[in-house]
Amino acid sequence: MRRYLVKRILLALGILFAISIITFFVLNIIPGDPVALMLGDNVDPETIETVRHNLGMDKSLGIQYVEWIAGFLTGNMGESYFQHKPVLGMIVDAFGYTARLAVVAYAVALVIGLTFGILAALHRGKALERILMAFAVAGISAPSFWVAIVLQIFIGLRFRAIPISGLDRPAAYLLPCLSLGTRYAASIARITRTSMLEIMNQDFIRTARAKGLARARIVMVHMFRNALIPIITVVGSDLTTLFAGSMLTESVFNIPGMGKLLVDNITKRDIPVVQGGVMMVALLCVVIYLVVDLLYAVVDPNIRLEE
Amino acid sequence: MEEKRKNPASRGYYQESWKILRKNPVAMVCLAFVLFLVFIALFAPLIAPFDPDAIDMPSKLKAPDNVHLFGCDEFGRDILSRCIYGCRVSLSVGIVSQLIAVVIGYFMGVCAGYFGKRVDAVISFLIQVFASLPDLLLAMALMFALGRGLGNLYIALGVLSWAKTARLVRGTVLQLKEKEYVKACRIDGGSSFRIIMKHLLPNCIPTLIITVTMGIPSAILSEASLSFLGLGVRAPMSSWGMMISSSKTFIRTSPFYSLFPGFCIIITVIAFNMLGDGLRDALDPKLRK
Repeated sequence: MRRYLVKRILLALGILFAISIITFFVLNIIPGDPVALMLGDNVDPETIETVRHNLGMDKSLGIQYVEWIAGFLTGNMGESYFQHKPVLGMIVDAFGYTARLAVVAYAVALVIGLTFGILAALHRGKALERILMAFAVAGISAPSFWVAIVLQIFIGLRFRAIPISGLDRPAAYLLPCLSLGTRYAASIARITRTSMLEIMNQDFIRTARAKGLARARIVMVHMFRNALIPIITVVGSDLTTLFAGSMLTESVFNIPGMGKLLVDNITKRDIPVVQGGVMMVALLCVVIYLVVDLLYAVVDPNIRLEE
Repeated sequence: MEEKRKNPASRGYYQESWKILRKNPVAMVCLAFVLFLVFIALFAPLIAPFDPDAIDMPSKLKAPDNVHLFGCDEFGRDILSRCIYGCRVSLSVGIVSQLIAVVIGYFMGVCAGYFGKRVDAVISFLIQVFASLPDLLLAMALMFALGRGLGNLYIALGVLSWAKTARLVRGTVLQLKEKEYVKACRIDGGSSFRIIMKHLLPNCIPTLIITVTMGIPSAILSEASLSFLGLGVRAPMSSWGMMISSSKTFIRTSPFYSLFPGFCIIITVIAFNMLGDGLRDALDPKLRK
């Protein structure tokens, strides 16, 4: 186990390093000059040069990268070009919103998805199964930002108590969480149904039924617990896209989270903020993957013994 | 059943797959619908009732009626016509980006599987790097660097979605490499390039067809998301995602404006997804997980 752990952590570090190189160079080959944009039109070339020098932008890209990554590792991600605030602070503030939104949305998605999936499996071949699965197909195919707008139109504008922007009151969570959660609820419902159907045909379920156990007990204890393993896989890969997905939701509901921070600063070409933000999301994704992989290794000895 | 299937390189394989696909009513309906969308995209100028860019301020935000079936947007442009032209953007982004992805993915996967050792180590590492980032985030960064525009969307979404194809191709090639005919060709002095193009490619075609079909709906959703965020096509070109983005401001007065482009996205994505499922069952049931 220890060897597997070391190998997996080294791989994660390698992936992060590669991502840092890719994002740094992609973001630094942008045509327009952010300094010219920052200072406005009526500035002489000398001033631009001085500012570029002060920001360290006249050095070669390689040196800039080394300086940036060294800063990142010590928690110093530079300063925003336009707001003159440390990037780290901006990210920490924004991340709070995104994390709250993502966690609540995913919890909602889990409850809805598991319920729909179990119901569909138990009503196999009946109308209810078809309705639930049609909902799931539509949920996977609908863009989250459109679901958000539809919810605003049909719920937000009808009920005064439910705000259509911000995240300051508990009621404000309702629409953003539903729209962000729909696609995940749909994919959880599908995998839960398949997984439950597979378990249902197995001998130990028949035995449990023959023993005369209560139906609820069979469903929850015997079937659901065994159906959980494939569901956990989906949860792991969902968590990484969740943070990227919340960008769109934040932009519709005007929530000052990571997504809004990235989108706003991409349009302003505030490179340090974008770079820091992308790296933080990447770091988070790689850590989630690592944790999921390690959990698997704990659950399933075959994985850690392999090779 | 699977054992009896012919080799993808043999002649009867695709006839057999087509027979299986034809018996799948859902897949056939989706195939017909996809062909219908392609038809709309190709003949958009003939089908669209109005010029999609013609500004007509008097009919600004007009609700749907007999003349403008889907209503008009904030510049009085016909929403139905803009949806029809938007179909061009969505389909072309979906198809072109996935073709780029499949070419990159095939060569990466085949090199990893065929050459093995260091080449495999490097490519497998790259596959993991690209698989561990949310695609939308990297697509945003790339579009930011390249600038808005249809051509850049093809490139950005193509360059970012090769990893899945590469992984599947690598797996197939690892199995094929040990087959007698590949060994025979090598002993016979056949070059690596010849083996890759002549013996390995035909066997990977089913996998490639499936990954392209399954990749198109996610590319369409990514394009819509990027255009929604203002990082997609340039105005005045009409894209479903951009239409939804500009409709945001008018949800109080003109809710119809947001609904139509969204429906277009959903039905297109559903059709490609279900066609992909059908193709997978017909071409390579082993891929089903």
